[in-house]
Amino acid sequence: MFAFTVRRIAQALIVMLVISVIGFGIKQAIGDPVRDLVGISVSVAERARIAQELGLNDPIPVQWLRFVTDAMHGDLGQSFFFKQPAMEVILHKAPATLELVFVASIIILVLSIPTGIYSACKPNAALSRFFMGGSIVGVSIPVFLTAIMLIYVFSVQLQWLPSYGRGETVKLWGFWDTGLLTKDGLVHLILPGISLSSVMLPLFIRLIRAEMKEVLEAEYMKFARAKGLKPWRILLVHGFKNTLLPVITVGGVQLGTMIAFTVLTETVFQWQGMGFIFLEAVERADSSLLVAYLVFVGAVFVCVNTIVDIIYGLVNPMVRVTGRK
Amino acid sequence: MKRFLVSFMCAVMLLGFGSMASAKTLKVAFNADPVSLDPHVQLSGGMLQYSHIVYDPLIRWTKDMTFEPRLALKWERIDPLTMRFYLRKGVKFHSGNPFTAKDVKWTFHRLQKSQDFKGLFEPFADVVVVDDFTVDIKTKKPYPLLLNMATYIFPMDSVFYTGMDEATGQPKDAIIKVGPSFALTHESGTGKYMVTYREHGVRMEFTAFPEYWDKNSGNVDKIVLTPIKEDATRVAALLSGDVDFINPVPPQDFDRIDADPKVNLITMPGSRIITLQLNQQRRAEFADKRVRQAIVYATNNEGIAKKIMKGRAVAAGQQAPHGYVSFQEDLTPRFDLEKAKQLMKEAGFEKGFTCTMIAPNNRYVNDEKVAQAFVAMMSKINIRVELKTMPKAQYWDQFDAKVADIQMVGWHPDTEDSSNYTEYLLMCPNVESGMGQYNSGNYCNKEVDQLITDAMSETNPAKRTEMIQKAERIIYEDAAYVPLHWESLSWAASPKCKNVDEIVNVMDFPYFGDLVME
Repeated sequence: MFAFTVRRIAQALIVMLVISVIGFGIKQAIGDPVRDLVGISVSVAERARIAQELGLNDPIPVQWLRFVTDAMHGDLGQSFFFKQPAMEVILHKAPATLELVFVASIIILVLSIPTGIYSACKPNAALSRFFMGGSIVGVSIPVFLTAIMLIYVFSVQLQWLPSYGRGETVKLWGFWDTGLLTKDGLVHLILPGISLSSVMLPLFIRLIRAEMKEVLEAEYMKFARAKGLKPWRILLVHGFKNTLLPVITVGGVQLGTMIAFTVLTETVFQWQGMGFIFLEAVERADSSLLVAYLVFVGAVFVCVNTIVDIIYGLVNPMVRVTGRK
Repeated sequence: MKRFLVSFMCAVMLLGFGSMASAKTLKVAFNADPVSLDPHVQLSGGMLQYSHIVYDPLIRWTKDMTFEPRLALKWERIDPLTMRFYLRKGVKFHSGNPFTAKDVKWTFHRLQKSQDFKGLFEPFADVVVVDDFTVDIKTKKPYPLLLNMATYIFPMDSVFYTGMDEATGQPKDAIIKVGPSFALTHESGTGKYMVTYREHGVRMEFTAFPEYWDKNSGNVDKIVLTPIKEDATRVAALLSGDVDFINPVPPQDFDRIDADPKVNLITMPGSRIITLQLNQQRRAEFADKRVRQAIVYATNNEGIAKKIMKGRAVAAGQQAPHGYVSFQEDLTPRFDLEKAKQLMKEAGFEKGFTCTMIAPNNRYVNDEKVAQAFVAMMSKINIRVELKTMPKAQYWDQFDAKVADIQMVGWHPDTEDSSNYTEYLLMCPNVESGMGQYNSGNYCNKEVDQLITDAMSETNPAKRTEMIQKAERIIYEDAAYVPLHWESLSWAASPKCKNVDEIVNVMDFPYFGDLVME
């Protein structure tokens, strides 16, 4: 396990270096950050002076080296827009995104497992057909459309739920702003949570159903039934446990995708998370924040994948054994 | 005794609840929030909106484009170079320090140091303190726009901003674009509201300053400003009652908001003109006046204003709209396709030619669609335009580099004065003086330059108007550029806000201090 972890960390560092190179590669293409810092009538000479002060006139490799050197010391640069260290900005926004992803994951878990199992056991029931049909529709509607429809119905027409923002948050441990502990915060989580889960939920229902159907055919299920075990025990302990493996694999990969999908959800709901500031950074040509974000998210992805690998190993020790060879 | 205490407590509680019930909170959603608490860090609409909330200018614009006193009670011209301002007494800053003439002088010097404002204050010489409540503002040459510029002087608390800031190790008055500074996170103005909470890009809260001098202003006790960039979300927030006031309103939602009895829409013709510049250096064809005229004649800008802008823009034939000194009734839009074809024939380009064009796609209202419509119109006179659009973050570098034959640019004058359009958009480009900084058409006419230069130091309004109008007419006849339209300004508010139409103005900084809420 130790060697495995070390190897993964080395890989992670290389991945992040590559990402930073790509980040610097596209940095020039997103525009001139100085334009966003000054009024439109500011003279060319004045703008040139600001660019010089910010070190934007140095060759890109020099800027990159400076970035990597600083990054070694934990400094990812200053955001032009927020006028704060980029790392602070990202960490400050991270709770919003993570809580949103967390809530969406809960929604997916709670809904996909029973519906998946149900439609696998009773494939011809009317309800199963409804779930399957619904999941096709769910997969085909883009997130932002779902989000706008939800806002229109529940905020504008019915006025039940708030249309934007995180609502009231409380600080935990001095740095984590959470909306999970206040009523207002929870209410604000409902619509964005549903929107974000809407992409993944149908996928998981279908996945669990397919895997479960396969398992139901297996010999050991028949044997368990023959042994006269209770039906729910057969289904959950013998059946569902064995469908979990592929679900975890896909889930790990999809968790990354979901973080990416937060960009859309957060934009529509004015959800002040990392995805939102990423899109804004592109629009404002806040290149220092953009590069820092890419590196940070790269790190998160690598960590998530590593953790998924480890969980995978725990659930199915066979993988660990083959991994050692 | 116990009984007395109980009734006393009840009275206190009632009073407390009473005042709570009457506390009015205004929730506002703009498409951006102020970039800093330091009013001098950037010259932009957002920062001026902020300045009008937290600070007070010496004088300010009224709805009909005249000046009204704020911190300056009255003013008089002493000589061609000097204007004397008499200041209001008994005004306090949020820090508790009294406001005096030396704060005006101090603020003026800071403006001259600010990278964004120093250009505007270039014509000024100095501010002389006559006594505690009288200042003389002096210019280098006679300057007709002195009062216009006085609307930009929002006196800051000189005592509060003097000294070293321990947290950043810099002087407290440092103006810093990127990175921490004292003024970025602290404010002390004389304005009606104090900043009580700020999370950049998320939320800003302003609370009424109890010692504010203007007792006859509005009744809002607290303002919560949330930037909502996404148009649909901003509108939804208003319609769902989550906010009370939004700006801007996206044009595609005008009709819907207008029809909704739960909200009020206020629109007003604006002064930002959208134009296209024809680069005469890149294209020999554009150096021919007849070709330029043909293009202007072939442009149906009334049609664009009606169809693409849904009637929420005014088709333009000249740079400044009605109400500005240069405006002349007879300089109207000139759509006439036959005349355009004939001019092309005369110029020897009956078969037309191919040229390139760039336009932004997220800077002006419907900018991309307007550009596409223009391309279609040009095809009628056989000019094939290869259009490329891009986000504004990339656009301005391309614009500066003059990469295309036709380039789009919109302009609203910081000075609220006609000559400013020509100074930036049409005077001969000159890096030294900064004139013609956005003249990507390379139009250059010595007569126009002379007229505008003279107008900049002409303090006799009649003579000045004559000069600027003459310049505008030459530009019109020369078809120096393609005028499209003036964008309209828009706000929408819940009916709880009683006098919204009185607090909004063509400069687009609502005077929230004057708002009356139900």
